[in-house]
Amino acid sequence: MKKGYFGAFGGQFVPELLMPPLLELEEAMARILPSKEFQDELASELTHFVGRPTALTFCPNLSAKLGVKLWLKREDLAHGGAHKVNNTIGQALLAKKLGKKRLLAETGAGQHGVASALAAARLGLECVIYMGATDVERQSLNVRRMKLFGATVVPVESGTKTLKDAINAALRVWIADQETTHYCFGTAAGPHPFPLLVRELQACISREARAQMLAQAGCLPDYVVACVGGGSNAIGAFHEFVGDASVQLIGVEAAGSGLPGDWHSAPLSVSGSPGVLHGMHTQLIQTPEGQILPSHSIAPGLDYPGVGPEHAAHQASGRAQYVSVTDDVALNAFIELSRFEGIMPALESSHALGWALKAAKDMKPGSNVVVCLSGRGDKDLDIVNDYLATKA
Amino acid sequence: MSTNILTKRIADARAKGRLGLIPFLPAGYPDKARFWTEIDQLDEAGADIIEIGMPFSDPVADGPVVEHASLKCLDAGVNLSWILGELASRKGRYKAGLVLMGYLNPVLQYGLERFARDASSAGVHGVILADVPFEESEPIRAAFDPQGLVLIPLVGLNTEPARMALYAKGGKGFAYFVSVLGTTGVQAGFDTGLPENIRAGLTKAKAAFDIPVALGFGLKHPDQLKALDGLVDAAVFGSALIRHIDAGGDSKGFMQVWK
Repeated sequence: MKKGYFGAFGGQFVPELLMPPLLELEEAMARILPSKEFQDELASELTHFVGRPTALTFCPNLSAKLGVKLWLKREDLAHGGAHKVNNTIGQALLAKKLGKKRLLAETGAGQHGVASALAAARLGLECVIYMGATDVERQSLNVRRMKLFGATVVPVESGTKTLKDAINAALRVWIADQETTHYCFGTAAGPHPFPLLVRELQACISREARAQMLAQAGCLPDYVVACVGGGSNAIGAFHEFVGDASVQLIGVEAAGSGLPGDWHSAPLSVSGSPGVLHGMHTQLIQTPEGQILPSHSIAPGLDYPGVGPEHAAHQASGRAQYVSVTDDVALNAFIELSRFEGIMPALESSHALGWALKAAKDMKPGSNVVVCLSGRGDKDLDIVNDYLATKA
Repeated sequence: MSTNILTKRIADARAKGRLGLIPFLPAGYPDKARFWTEIDQLDEAGADIIEIGMPFSDPVADGPVVEHASLKCLDAGVNLSWILGELASRKGRYKAGLVLMGYLNPVLQYGLERFARDASSAGVHGVILADVPFEESEPIRAAFDPQGLVLIPLVGLNTEPARMALYAKGGKGFAYFVSVLGTTGVQAGFDTGLPENIRAGLTKAKAAFDIPVALGFGLKHPDQLKALDGLVDAAVFGSALIRHIDAGGDSKGFMQVWK
């Protein structure tokens, strides 16, 4: 297969000026990442700083209600409150080995920005975060967290002023600052080698979950379910199970309101077509003329018009299935898990959970369902309250 | 082998003792009607090659001036069908060589083969795709070659000789050398004297390519051209022309300053 491709998807569609830092990163991945020294340091950071392994929690109350066994892979318990830190601590370590002084990152909801900022603070790197001006406004708590960790937050005023424009801005800055700066890409997307690098760093989710299922349930799960925006928690939750043919992999995209004509964030399951954005060939929400359309979801972290190329390939090969749920379904899951299990999920993770709650009735009774709980929901309280107020 | 028309236009300018002049304007800027008046003026005022921007919603290689102009054109309904249709209706009208510049996705959605056919029959000689590095260029060249349409290589300050050689092999038309590590509209780091890194980069590019080398990105005033004499064959003006038009000027006046 061609370098950097997953089936027909992936690649390196960037200006030539970005090829030298991408090639440098590829070389570092091959040389540094597998080394014992790096792996030992990463393992130490994951244990003592991130708090891994995260728990695999059985949900007794919802399981009784649903007739299936519901398990949660608790990435909400990772430092920073989401899976994002698995990636940023790894990339920050790699950046240091490369002699870079600064981490550059884009962020949508701010979770990757926060995870980048805290990893940079931990490892003594400077950090600059590009964030759409609209997101800066609607995620002000995360902006304050990033600043507290010492990061500079730059609002992006161009285009739709959201995540996709923040990525454009970060790519532009990386062209100019490649000598001193590592671009800490936030999801398993973008140009090669980022989809591979981020998957490698997030694969700890499924490595742990697989071993935990075998230890705690004595069997592999029947379903592994994860939300998909760019798709980093999902690719991390799927990876170790890809070879287990009996395990169904379900990626849950955000359908937005679900009303015809409204924006959504589901290029795989609602309406997308192959194209090139942010350095990769993948499925995109776009016009017939190839202009990228705005996306929408109540979960800011899923609000992206593209998807990581490996997910597009998993869909094409049939290894994983991609579905979507609406804002309402996710909200309901947010409330149910809080009330019945005492766990408040992020709105992103609530999409995965929402699908599991809905689909349980069609599953064989007693099926083992692992939902990747990619983050905690405290950050979403304002959104949830506002939403409930409009529905009341 | 006959000389490519883009190569020839630059060679003709060099024979007259000056650099080839390559103005860039996003298609449909400042509005759909006036755009063609500006293109006529550029051609009449002696542009050797005219670069027409194909707007894209997410132009990562462009700075704020070109991005803003492109988005404005998109809002006005500019798309590839309009650009190629209008060009086809004006075929044979321009002395200048014609180059389209943009990003891959709109071209992919139009269809690579269909684009190559329609662009070529509309009188377009070359295409610059800012997000297609050598590694991804094979299918595009395979679609363009049969139509005689040239994919212009784009290299920069951080392109090592080994990578320049990849682009130089089979490179046609001219090579586009980006003079800053940055996006369009970022001022090149020189006034009248040329910094050593640009000089070294251009020297490497001139050594690597058999075809003419054009310098682009960041040219702001004519004095900069003097510093480039002997190092480069042509110069591209993008953001400077947009700013000139935004300030109430026209293309004819712009060309007079630079020629």
